[in-house]
Formats: sequence, C-alpha cells, structure tokens
Amino acid sequence: MSRKLLLTHNDVPGIQSYEVYRQQGGYASVEKALKTMAPDAVTEEVKKSGLRGRGGAGFPTGMKWSFLAKPPGVARYLVCNADESEPGTFKDRYLMERIPHLLVEGMITASYALGANTSFIYIRGEYFYVSRILEKAIEEAYAAGWLGRNILGTDYSLDLYVQVGAGAYICGEETALLESLEGKRGNPRIKPPFPAVAGLYGCPTVVNNVETIAAVVPIVMQGGDEYAKIGVGKSTGTKLISASGHINKPGVYEIEMGVPVEEFIYSEKYCGGIRNGKKLKAVVAGGSSVPILPADLILKTAKGEPRLMTYESMADGGFATGTMLGSGGFIVMDEDTSIVKNLWNFSRFYHHESCGQCSPCREGTGWMEKILHKILDGHGTLEDIDLLWDIQSKIEGKTICPLGDAAAWPVASAIRHFRAEFEEYVKNPKGIKDVKHYYRIHKLQEA
Amino acid sequence: MAKVTIDGKTIEVPDGTTILNAARMIGGNVVPPAMCYYSHLKTSGGYCRTCLVKVTKGSEKDPRPMPKPVASCRTTVMDGMEVQNMTAPDLQEARAGVVEFLLINHPLDCPICDQAGECHLQDLGYEHGKARTRYEFKRRTFPMTDIGKYIKLHVNRCILCYRCVKVADQLCPGRVHGVMYRGDVAEISTYIKNAVEHEMCGNMIDVCPVGALTDMTFRFKNRVWFTKPVDAHRSCDKCCGKVRLWYKGEEVLRVTARKDQWGEVQTFDGKPGWICNSCRFEHKLTSDWVIEGPSHIDRHSVISANHYELKEGHKKTDKPRKNLEGKRIQLGEGALDPNNK
Repeated sequence: MSRKLLLTHNDVPGIQSYEVYRQQGGYASVEKALKTMAPDAVTEEVKKSGLRGRGGAGFPTGMKWSFLAKPPGVARYLVCNADESEPGTFKDRYLMERIPHLLVEGMITASYALGANTSFIYIRGEYFYVSRILEKAIEEAYAAGWLGRNILGTDYSLDLYVQVGAGAYICGEETALLESLEGKRGNPRIKPPFPAVAGLYGCPTVVNNVETIAAVVPIVMQGGDEYAKIGVGKSTGTKLISASGHINKPGVYEIEMGVPVEEFIYSEKYCGGIRNGKKLKAVVAGGSSVPILPADLILKTAKGEPRLMTYESMADGGFATGTMLGSGGFIVMDEDTSIVKNLWNFSRFYHHESCGQCSPCREGTGWMEKILHKILDGHGTLEDIDLLWDIQSKIEGKTICPLGDAAAWPVASAIRHFRAEFEEYVKNPKGIKDVKHYYRIHKLQEA
Repeated sequence: MAKVTIDGKTIEVPDGTTILNAARMIGGNVVPPAMCYYSHLKTSGGYCRTCLVKVTKGSEKDPRPMPKPVASCRTTVMDGMEVQNMTAPDLQEARAGVVEFLLINHPLDCPICDQAGECHLQDLGYEHGKARTRYEFKRRTFPMTDIGKYIKLHVNRCILCYRCVKVADQLCPGRVHGVMYRGDVAEISTYIKNAVEHEMCGNMIDVCPVGALTDMTFRFKNRVWFTKPVDAHRSCDKCCGKVRLWYKGEEVLRVTARKDQWGEVQTFDGKPGWICNSCRFEHKLTSDWVIEGPSHIDRHSVISANHYELKEGHKKTDKPRKNLEGKRIQLGEGALDPNNK
C-alpha cells in the first residue's frame, strides 16, 4: 500500500521546473486527452475512476462534472479551489509548492473535459510564495504551447489565471470563492442555483480542489478502471494526508485509500508513532471542522473492526462513534493534550472566520468561543456545558454554508466524548487565572 | 403549476414560487416569519434564518425529505412538495434558537425605540422568545451616526438583514453604504463616514425590520400607535407618489411608503411603490396631498388599535361620527383637510 500517483516525482531534483517535469513524462495527459479523446470521454474516465472530491465533502467528481450545464454560446469555467485554510490541512500547499506543473497539467486536461476556455486557480492570500511558483509554472506552460490558442494544433484554447485571495477562510467555500473571484465580498451564495448551473459570472462552473484536479492526470494516463482498483469500496485512488500534532514524523503522506488508521499513526512508513512514547488520546481526522474522536474510536469502529483511512470507514457509526475523512488534515493528540483548550482554539478560529451573513453562525460561533474561554478560565459552571451543547445544536444545519456545521461539530464531539474533562475544568480551579473569583462564583471556601 | 402542501393545507402555485410566497397565498399561521426577505428586493432573503421550514417530501418525482431545514424564502416549490412549519415542534425549537441569536446583540430598548409597534423582531421575540436571555457576555455597541441629513443609523439594533444594502444596491446608484467587517463585528456603515444622499435612500428606513435605521424627521415625535395612518397621494415625477401619512391630530408627523400585510411596500401598476425623499421628508402638510382615506392595516399590529377604517360591509355615511372623546370625525376624501370644516 505504498503506490504514489501524485507525489511520484516528488524526490526528483528540480521537478518544479518545466524541463525536468517534462523529462519525467509531464503533460502527457494533455497530449493524450487532446489528441485521442473527446471531452466527454475524459469525463467518462473520471466517472469510472470513482474519484471523490478531495477538498473535504467527498462528492464524486465525475458526477459533479456531468451536472455542468452546457447551454450553447455560454462560457464555462473551471475554478481550482486552492484556498486551503482548514486548520491542520496543508497538503495542497505541499503539492503546489513541490510539483506545480502537475496542477497546471490537471487544469488543462480538466478544462478540456469541461469545455472551459478560461480557468482560474484561486489561492489563499497567505500562500503568496506558492502563487509565484504557480505563476512561473503557468508562464512556462504558455511558452511551451500547453496554454493559449490552439493547444497542440487542435482547436482547443485555454487561458489560465492565478487569483490570490485576501486570506479569508470562508473563501474556501465554493460560492464564497466565486463571489471573491468576481471581486465582491467573499460571502457564500444561497444554493440553489448551484455553480454547475450558475457559477462564475452567472455561467456554468465547476469548482474542484487542487488534489482532485491533480488526480485527473493519473486517471487519464492509466484509465479510470485502473485507478478505481486502488483503494477500498467507494474510496478509490490515493489520498494526500497532512499529518500533524504529537507524532514523530509530521508531514504530507500519499496513502492508498484503505490504510488502517493504526498503521498510519504507528508505522515508520507514515507518522512513526506518538512523540516521546506517550499514549494516544484523540485524533481530528480530517481537518479541524470534523468531529474529534478518542483513541479507542479512531483506531476501531464501534463494531470493533479496524478503522481505515477511507470515507466510509471514518464515517462508520455516524457522529456518535465516527467522524469524516474530510480534507485529510490528520491532527494527533497525545495523553497530555487538553481537549478544552484545543476546542477553544478551534472555536476562536471559526468565530473569527464567520462571514456574518446568517444569524446562527454570526452570533453562535462567538457565543461558543466566549463560553469555552469562561470554562478555561475556571469561571464556568456545569450549566455552561449544557448551554454549549444546546448552542451547537442550534447552529448545526441552520446556516447558509457549512461553516456553521464546521464550528458546531468539534464542540458536539468534544462534549460527547470528553465531557468529564469539561467538568474537571469547572470543578477544579487548578491553573485558573482568577482563583478568588472562582471561589466566589462557586460559593466555596478558599483553601 | 406546482401543488404544494404546507402544514396540511394544499395550494397550487406557479412554477418558481418560493415556499414562503406559497404560504403567504394560503395565509394564516402557516406563513413563516421573515426578517430579511423582501419581495421587491432581488436576492434578498436567506440570511436571518427565521423562515426555516422542514421539507418532509421533496416532490412527486423525488419524495425524499430534505436533510436539513431550508430557508423558505429562497427555496422554490416542487410539484408534490410537503412542508412543515407550525406542525413541527423541533422546527419551532430551531426558530426559537434563531430568535435567541438575533436578540443576543439587539438591545430590547423598545420603550425608547422609534420602531416599536412596527418592529418585526418585537413580534418575533414576543412569539418565540423567552423571558430571560442565556447570554451573559458583553454586547457589541456602536455610537449612533447620522448618515445624511435624514437617516439616523443605530448599529446596536441592527440584525444584519441586508435589506438596506439591497436598497442601496438596487435603488440608489452610486451607493456608499453596505456591510463592513465580518462575523459578529460586521456592521452596516457608509464608506468612509459618507452621507447617504440618493433621492430614494429614505426607503432604507422603510425596509429596516428593526430600529437600526430611523427617520430623523420623526425620531421621538410620537409612538406609532398614537398616530393615525392615512393613505394619500400627490403627483410626483420621481416616484409613484402614493404614500401613507401618519397624523397626530392634524399634524403630519411622518410620511412612509404604503405597506402590505407582510410589511413590504405595496405594488402599484405592477411596480413596487417606493417613494422619493422629496415626498417622504419635504411634504408634511396636508395641503400637499390628496387624502384617500384611512389606511387599511392588514398586519397584526398595535397600529390597528388606533384605527378608524370602516369595516367591510359597512356603508360609508355622510353623517359625521364621533370618536371616544366626543369630537366629530369625518372619513373619506378631504377629511383631514384643514379647510374642511
């Protein structure tokens, strides 16, 4: 289970440059697609591959492409979502930084399949140095004739642009991204209409994650059926996992779908075990927005089977016992980790990043953060834990975009699995800032 | 046409109708509340989440229920759709949660707010709110600002419904007004300390569901339930000229657009009856207007408490009637003309 499809040439010196990338067989998928395949045939291969969106939601990519409306005389767009901002997720940055031409190649092939003559890579503002790497790669691709008018002498033309965002997490939500790309405030749009019908400038648009678009290259080269043979069940192919936290070897790993979580954490090939020989306490498996799971549930499902790095296995048992593979931001926490502190950190992030359009998210994220801060300071009560639970339930599923869910799920899972720790913060004043206040509100005698 | 059932009541509506508008066609208590939707403003709605409903059956073709509550103001009906509004207890709970969120940063200063009596949030809070809040942290506060010579902006009361932003976008070219910042520090403002001076900007006051944007010519003049709404019109080359005059005695305290039972401007000749600043702020004499008669107030409101409209079926009589104080009042055209003795 060590096959690499995206990071194959990762270790080749100078792979960032066009010449080296081309020597390694780069841009062959463009050649194959444009010269030997009809656009619909490329889409068909992607459908056969079973590739699921690597941005977090895991929606089948081929199906998403087939939803694209194709009214005659109307422009179509492909937009690459490189606004990677989920805490714990840094795999797209790695891919773009190390092998920028892979993304450019994927963009050309995917744009051809979708009939898009103008495509965009929307990258987060903080990745300014990556955007320069991409711009250079695009320049080289133009110079070599892979972009521009009549690519490879065919009647297909494509212009590719890099658009740098201003650094807002919400712009990673596909409709907010489109708003931002149009030069407006990055607020999510209300769906329907979906971007496949009315997206960028009101035209049919497909928005895909960096990793998803890069995966189109091996799919076209080896065929969808071959790609589908990798992985387990409906989780096909390989997946980039950005592993961080209390592990010996943090970094970006390309795994074949279906690696057991236990192997991923403890094997020398991947994370290399928990730092300093400590015990595993919890894992956030797919970026900070997915439910956090305690050690026993992340290693095994509720049925006692080994949990695998697949969409289905991660979600096994729903949120009561499962989580999501999400964007692949794998954050490992050892036994010394404070769940409440970590949760406050996550909540602080979502509060800060809420766009403020809809009331549950705008008001609720801030409220949750303040309660968590109060509990951390030792001023919390047991009622505050119940209140926190109630607030998250009133945000989840009630907001315009999934940011509300992303803020609510970590809170719900932390209380569900680690309630005792919250209660400990409430009952034990150790380490709190204002001890006198603590004793006063709890009507206790100071020791 | 699509057949939709809301709380057990079925209606056939044109394709493309939203669930909210279908509910409004049915009427009664199946109509979800709407704080941010405004039928005359394009792309409004979907922000406040008070109009959330449960779709228990998607359509005849695809009967699967929708997984989450949907904003009824932005979701179009499908043939065979079944919707729950008042009949879903968990939805009422969710709506109460939304009201709680809306009230977190909204001061309940109704006793000194000019919108009291006409405030949709006041009604919503009364229907879904609880006697005490669970929020114990500091509220956000902003200084009051005058945005132009007619409009007072009090962001403390703002619930970010975006209605005034849509007015600025759609009625006032060269807009200077919108939302700044994000999250719970987002605020309605002008960029930067600009005045809102467009001829139609007064409509921002009318669309504001709470007391965040108030009429500086009316502020603190009276409580709305002590005033008498009268429909009137004048010839105006900038707007439809059809307004509502709010009388205290024989003095016109304010002029607004005419609103329907949903609190939205009425439609005249197929167009929304927006009014210009000139009609709104500069014509406050009865002699400026042709009086049509007492306004018909459909919406459940305290304004109805001071209402002198003839009930349906009653014949208008030429004989003057007496009000509670024994003074003679005359209804109909010219009733409030100071020259009409």
